[in-house]
Amino acid sequence: MTHWLVLPILLPAMLAALLVLVARYHLTIQRVFSVAGSLTLLGLALGLFWQASDGTVSLYLLGNWSAPFGIVLVADRLSTLMVLLTCVLALPVLLYAIGSGWDARGQHFHPLFQFQLMGILGAFLTGDAFNLFVFFEVLLIASYGLMIHAGGQKRLRAGTQYVLYNLLGSTLFLFALGMLYAETGTLNMADLAVRVATLDAADGAGIRVAAVLLLMVFAVKAAILPLHFWLPASYSEAPAPVAALFAIMTKVGAYCIIRMFTLVFPPDLEITQGLFGLWLIPAALLTVALGMAGVLGARDVGRLVAFSVIGSMGMLLSAVAVFTPAGVTAALYYALHSTFATAALFLLVDVIRSRRGDAGGGFDVAPPMMGGALVAGMFFVAAIGMTGLPPLSGFIGKLLILDAARSSDLMWWSWGIILVGSLVAIVGFARAGSVVFWKAHQPVEGTPEEMAEPEPQPASVLPMVSTGGLLALLVAITVGAGPITRVLSDTSEQLFNPESYIAVVLTTPGKVIKDYHGEDDHGADSHGDDGSHGSDAVDPAATKKDH
Amino acid sequence: MELLVATAIGTLTAAGIYMILRLRTFPVIIGTSLLSYAVNVFLFASGRLALNAPPVLRDGVEVYTDPLPQALVLTAIVISFGMTAVIVMIAVGSYLSSDDDMVNDPDADADQTKEGAA
Repeated sequence: MTHWLVLPILLPAMLAALLVLVARYHLTIQRVFSVAGSLTLLGLALGLFWQASDGTVSLYLLGNWSAPFGIVLVADRLSTLMVLLTCVLALPVLLYAIGSGWDARGQHFHPLFQFQLMGILGAFLTGDAFNLFVFFEVLLIASYGLMIHAGGQKRLRAGTQYVLYNLLGSTLFLFALGMLYAETGTLNMADLAVRVATLDAADGAGIRVAAVLLLMVFAVKAAILPLHFWLPASYSEAPAPVAALFAIMTKVGAYCIIRMFTLVFPPDLEITQGLFGLWLIPAALLTVALGMAGVLGARDVGRLVAFSVIGSMGMLLSAVAVFTPAGVTAALYYALHSTFATAALFLLVDVIRSRRGDAGGGFDVAPPMMGGALVAGMFFVAAIGMTGLPPLSGFIGKLLILDAARSSDLMWWSWGIILVGSLVAIVGFARAGSVVFWKAHQPVEGTPEEMAEPEPQPASVLPMVSTGGLLALLVAITVGAGPITRVLSDTSEQLFNPESYIAVVLTTPGKVIKDYHGEDDHGADSHGDDGSHGSDAVDPAATKKDH
Repeated sequence: MELLVATAIGTLTAAGIYMILRLRTFPVIIGTSLLSYAVNVFLFASGRLALNAPPVLRDGVEVYTDPLPQALVLTAIVISFGMTAVIVMIAVGSYLSSDDDMVNDPDADADQTKEGAA
């Protein structure tokens, strides 16, 4: 057993603690360490991705306790892909934060950023449902700090809503885990998969409630329709680099839905029939409609992008909810695309806000900004990506999603809503772009002196470079769409054949709980529990045989 | 015993949901605390209720209670405690900066209509 697998979690955790304790008053040292840490993480993620790319599932037993008893980290194709995506996103976002000076506007930006990365990477790597909850909390508590970074009345108000909403989400998650444990007696995902498959569908009410609760929790994270209220305010009020990093947070929800509902509650499981076709696809499609309507109705660039995030999550989940390999492949490609597009857009929103002075991101006519042509060009590219026009990756992602939707009963609804929604989004983005960039050159009422003297801006190469880097990544996944979709279809194939995952988790030997031998031999074999969880003590090999 | 625990969880949950539907931050935070108490008891009960039974292996004992939910509850308590502290601090910050402890979005239109009505 190598220790590679735990490093993406340990490294940011240690680095964050070090930054708080040693370098709290030295911004330069924090910046250097933070960038170095992110680069190392990127290297680790590449290594893990390469290791998993031939289909091996690697396992890390924490404390070397064997599977259902100890906590495990599992790296299969999906986990390592998401880890890689996070690390690739983190670097330009961090550089933007440094270049634009956001990290100097409040305390502890870099430690919180590292803790956030730790939570996200942990959530992707863990193979234990309760551990998933813990990593959710780690990423959430770091995100609370990042969300209200630099303070301000509106941001604090939005932060309060965001924290309250997520506290309720966490409570729901605990209820779901309690139900799961009460019904199955385990919380290890692979072990859950084995035991849920053996449950009798006739009295599966409890497990059905658990499945629905879990779906709701992840839908809160992924901002699916009735549970999306937290997103627009918090994403548009959060500091730009934070909002850009949050682009991966909605994907954590999507990842958990894919993971749980291919592994523990696979699509052909009788107990959870109808959950997706009946509920998730319509909810996802309504989310698309709502997001795109929000794009059209927004009166501020930040809100516009936030609603486009909701729309893109709806599209992503409408592809996931079909639960075919093609659907998951499409969803994963779209997840890569929308993460980069969203992050680039949020960074551009910040550039626009800071360069327009008092007008901020609102759709009012303001004097032309400095370097407006470059910003406008970048906004144009990012908007093309986000709305899914050719030639960028959004178009390919949308094609894959539409293609995957053909196997669904709701195909015509999917096609209609996604295509009309895209048109609406194009109109919304076109309106935003023309007000912010083109109308700036029209004569504005006001004193000419004010207009002639735009505020001097500090030279800012790094922010534009990092934003450009994200756009370059969009172009890269467009150009490499062929090989990427091949990797992704291998990924979804592995997801729909979880036998190897389960086998690796449950048969890898570690320390096991030996039969208890007291001082005298009388109590030796009398242990056991109250009978309801009798199979707890079954050794992994036997469980495997049952399966 | 089961009835008592179930009723307690139900009452706590109902009270918590009622409180989180209020408009001011303080009752909402009380509501989330009540909900977290409810979920703690619920988690505890998810390992089945066994009276006077030890959770760890011991000589001459036939009946054990499930130790895992106890560990889970402990984790959940610590986390919800920390989260409550964070939300209290953020809510206080929000209150001090805006002189108003409402949870909803400060909406310019709504303020105008309120003034118009008054």
